[in-house]
Amino acid sequence: MSVKRLWVIFMARNREYFRDRAAFGWNFLFPFLIIAGFGLIFGGKEFSEYKVGVFPLASLSHPADELRVPAAFRETRYLQFVPIASLEEGLAKLNRHKIDFLVKNDPAGHEYWVSDTSPKGYIIERVFNDSLRSSAGLPAAGRKNAIQGARIRYIDWLFPGILGMNMMFSALWGVGYVVVRYRKNGVLKRLKATPLSALEYLAAQLLSRVFLLMFSLVVVWVGCDLIFHFEVVGRYLDLLVTFLVGGLSLTAVGVLMAARGVSEEFTSGVLNFITWPMMFLSEVWFSLEGAPRWIQGLAQFFPLTHLISAVRKIMNDGASLMAVRLELAVMLAITAVCLVLGARLFSWNR
Amino acid sequence: MLLEVSHLIKRYKDLLAVDRVAFAIDRGTCFGLLGPNGAGKTTTIEMIEGIIAPTAGEIRYKDAPRGAAFREEIGIQFQQTGLLAFLTVFETLQTLQGLYRRRRDLTALLEQCGLGDIRDQMNDKISGGQRQRLLLALALINDPELLFLDEPSTGLDPQARRNLWDIIRDIKAQGKTIILTTHYMEEAQALCDHVAIMDHGRIIARGTPLDLIRQHCEGITIVLPEDGFDGPVEDVAAQFHRVNGNVEIQTTDTHGCLRRLMAGGVDITGLTVRSPNLEDVFLNLTGRKLRA
Repeated sequence: MSVKRLWVIFMARNREYFRDRAAFGWNFLFPFLIIAGFGLIFGGKEFSEYKVGVFPLASLSHPADELRVPAAFRETRYLQFVPIASLEEGLAKLNRHKIDFLVKNDPAGHEYWVSDTSPKGYIIERVFNDSLRSSAGLPAAGRKNAIQGARIRYIDWLFPGILGMNMMFSALWGVGYVVVRYRKNGVLKRLKATPLSALEYLAAQLLSRVFLLMFSLVVVWVGCDLIFHFEVVGRYLDLLVTFLVGGLSLTAVGVLMAARGVSEEFTSGVLNFITWPMMFLSEVWFSLEGAPRWIQGLAQFFPLTHLISAVRKIMNDGASLMAVRLELAVMLAITAVCLVLGARLFSWNR
Repeated sequence: MLLEVSHLIKRYKDLLAVDRVAFAIDRGTCFGLLGPNGAGKTTTIEMIEGIIAPTAGEIRYKDAPRGAAFREEIGIQFQQTGLLAFLTVFETLQTLQGLYRRRRDLTALLEQCGLGDIRDQMNDKISGGQRQRLLLALALINDPELLFLDEPSTGLDPQARRNLWDIIRDIKAQGKTIILTTHYMEEAQALCDHVAIMDHGRIIARGTPLDLIRQHCEGITIVLPEDGFDGPVEDVAAQFHRVNGNVEIQTTDTHGCLRRLMAGGVDITGLTVRSPNLEDVFLNLTGRKLRA
């Protein structure tokens, strides 16, 4: 193992990354756009909103005067009232799930329409009927115990997921795809004819990618934080260490992907086959709480699951590195397995 | 001997790509492997280079099996090879040089290979001839003792080819040993001390270019357009080949041959005469043109 040769390849790869303007810009723009997009859509509001259509109603500027629904219903949080011109229009929107519930703007009948297949509609129906009960003066059936919890904004929850996802794409494509392209066009063959060893080459790819991942992580984090002011409960150093271990494990998967193959098309198929389930099942976008057991089990094989889980614990709950040691251990184990397999299977030739 | 190859075999499933190839190369000489595309030249030298593993056979470098030092001491110009992306010509050389312990002064190397003017251009923004010279420079980056050139002038225009030959002669003059593959016979004649002609994975002839021509092509070659013949060519010539609409007759008795042609009523208006070359050697050995 020659550190000098490793360094030469490490630097060449870094240079390539910073000079490839198109890919370089995209690496930073992509996570930022996603975060900015979500920021615009939700504007800091809650993710789940229930849309209630009210007809006939031309516009809605003073809900208290214009909405002739029970006061308790009107004041329910997370309900968004949408003015609708006619019953026909309301039914069409209900059918297409543009609204979840449709109610006539008439205090006398309390007539409403709801789709039998819509879970949100079902919830609103229960709330609506309950509000009729309370406006009739009937007492509440249960006894309430309120908890005082720090609310986590959706964007604070989403952010680690987006960063992790960006890391995953960058790690898998940046190593897997690039090395396969180099094998196809003969660059690897050229390198094989030099004293460079496979281990040196792969180690340089790994280190270069991890370095670049951390670099773009910091840039994206700082950029997004300036706009969205994320709340980090835990320590930044712990976050950095966790991302480093996560980046290492994702890149190791990339090294394994890069071990064989000369077809860019085939490799991109395989990469998509791996990255998409990882994106959906690693709780980037939504929690897997309540998902089938086997899906939850499958997700445990993805390094991204553990990375995001650990980062959220640190960022949202203030966990320490000790508290996320299980996640760190799993990611390190994945790293070791992928690197050993990747180095074993590696081929320079077509 | 700097390099000795014996009983080298490479088999791919049903295909015997290289069949019991053997040769030895002296220090400071240029050895040429000649043959048509698909003859097994590249497979042979890639086995020697250590790029692919032989099915059987022995390769000895400096009287011993190739060791770790071998890769430090050889330089290779591949037929087709990509370059590390987003690097300038100079950085490409610098990067590859970093992988070796032995090294050459880069400025002198740029000068030798005529790359001085384009040293700061990106390596994917240069012409075919410049690229070929860059590949040659990469092969020389570690000041190698043994240089492999796999079809170095393929795709070059005649001027760029002459230019490349000059560089290769220059390298040879520095005492380097060179193994060269080519399907251009004139290239082999211009550069090689010894040649081996390959066809279908086997060496079918070997020697100095001059010896091979003397052995396999006697006399001179008379070339005539085929439509100048009224009757069958066999009636007027004993040894001939049809090549691209021409009849090429090889003879040691020029006078007698011409007399027979004229007596046979052949129109000799378009006649040319030339001395035989390695191209004719291949033609005589296989009955086929080298570059069909």
